[in-house]
Amino acid sequence: MRVQFEVNGQSVSIDTVPNTLLVQALRDQLQLTGTHVGCDTAQCGACTVIVDGRSVKSCNVLAAQVDGAKITTIEGLAKADGTLHPMQAAFKECHGLQCGFCTSGMVMSAVDLCQRHPNATEAEIREQLEGNLCRCTGYQNIVQAVQQGAAAMKA
Amino acid sequence: MYSFTYERPTTLSDAQRLIGAGGQALAGGQTLLASMKQRLASPEQLVDLGRIAELQGVCQDGQSLVIGAMTRHADVAANALVRQHIPALAALAGQIGDKQIRAMGTLGGSVANNDPAACYPSAVLALEATVHTTQRKIAAADFFQGLYSTALEAGELITAISFPIPAKAVYLKFQQPASRFALVGVFVAQTAGGVRVAVTGAASGGVFRHAGLEAALTQSFTPAAAAAVRIDASDLNTDLHASADYRAHLIGVLTQRAVQQLSA
Repeated sequence: MRVQFEVNGQSVSIDTVPNTLLVQALRDQLQLTGTHVGCDTAQCGACTVIVDGRSVKSCNVLAAQVDGAKITTIEGLAKADGTLHPMQAAFKECHGLQCGFCTSGMVMSAVDLCQRHPNATEAEIREQLEGNLCRCTGYQNIVQAVQQGAAAMKA
Repeated sequence: MYSFTYERPTTLSDAQRLIGAGGQALAGGQTLLASMKQRLASPEQLVDLGRIAELQGVCQDGQSLVIGAMTRHADVAANALVRQHIPALAALAGQIGDKQIRAMGTLGGSVANNDPAACYPSAVLALEATVHTTQRKIAAADFFQGLYSTALEAGELITAISFPIPAKAVYLKFQQPASRFALVGVFVAQTAGGVRVAVTGAASGGVFRHAGLEAALTQSFTPAAAAAVRIDASDLNTDLHASADYRAHLIGVLTQRAVQQLSA
């Protein structure tokens, strides 16, 4: 079957099979390997991407379900000249990562969070990030990064 | 994921035809797809209901809110009508799973699945909602029939659920911290017919109304009245997360807190 969507601003059309998960289409067919598969059971959030303005877990969505959607992955955040998105810059500055495996999902989830709740409190940030797990348990710096990223996104 | 075929009808009649022929309805897929990966379910054809416009959205019908089966949890949580008339339902939807799950998961999917620890069934039962299907209207009391079992027949689809607007209601959930499912969830509503208390997460047979708490609270809507009701643990679940006695205790405590919140 043919599935079309817009990924990071570019129209793409892929030939695929119905059982292709969105994360498989992104990683294996479009070579966008910044989106990670952590648990493959919709718990860890490493595979988080933004579909039509909302973060979803791409290991728990069929590519066919989002036919026609606008998708943003971690590769779509930085500017063409390499300038980091404010949330990426904040994660870098605050050292909001340890091993880095959860980071792309964390950043996508955080961008969605801040677009929806630009004035989120620390408690709300923690609540809204409950779908993203950091097995290094580096949550303190992640929350600080999201706070700094939120401020930078408003600026 | 194993191979299957996929259909995406744009009309309810096409969906009915496909499901009548043995296709498995796919709502948001947040339970179904994970179950298929584990081979807990193995349908040969998925019928994606995501493009059927008439299954989406919220409207007011007299003293009820009618919510389309394919309305996502995030949309129920954010909906102005729901927040105005049944804020407890909006709050419930806003606490299901996590925000990524809420972006995909749907009311109809949750209610049709009737997971014993799902949040929505408690609201459907406590508010004495009516489940609209492709064939009939089913009263909440007749709909839930035990663990993952409902009154839905083969080929029958939920189209919407109509929730009578209560005077007041609140949903309190004690979360299983890893899954965010209800270890125990209690939906307390003050309705025209009296107080309703529906409990999810606790019983081996799934969601149920607690007659003892309802009678006590209809007579005296106070935390003390709830505290005086003995909660029988014999029909409650024991698993690695909590014993039946602990769940019984939580039902009492959460009901008291709910009454306190509604009385404030």
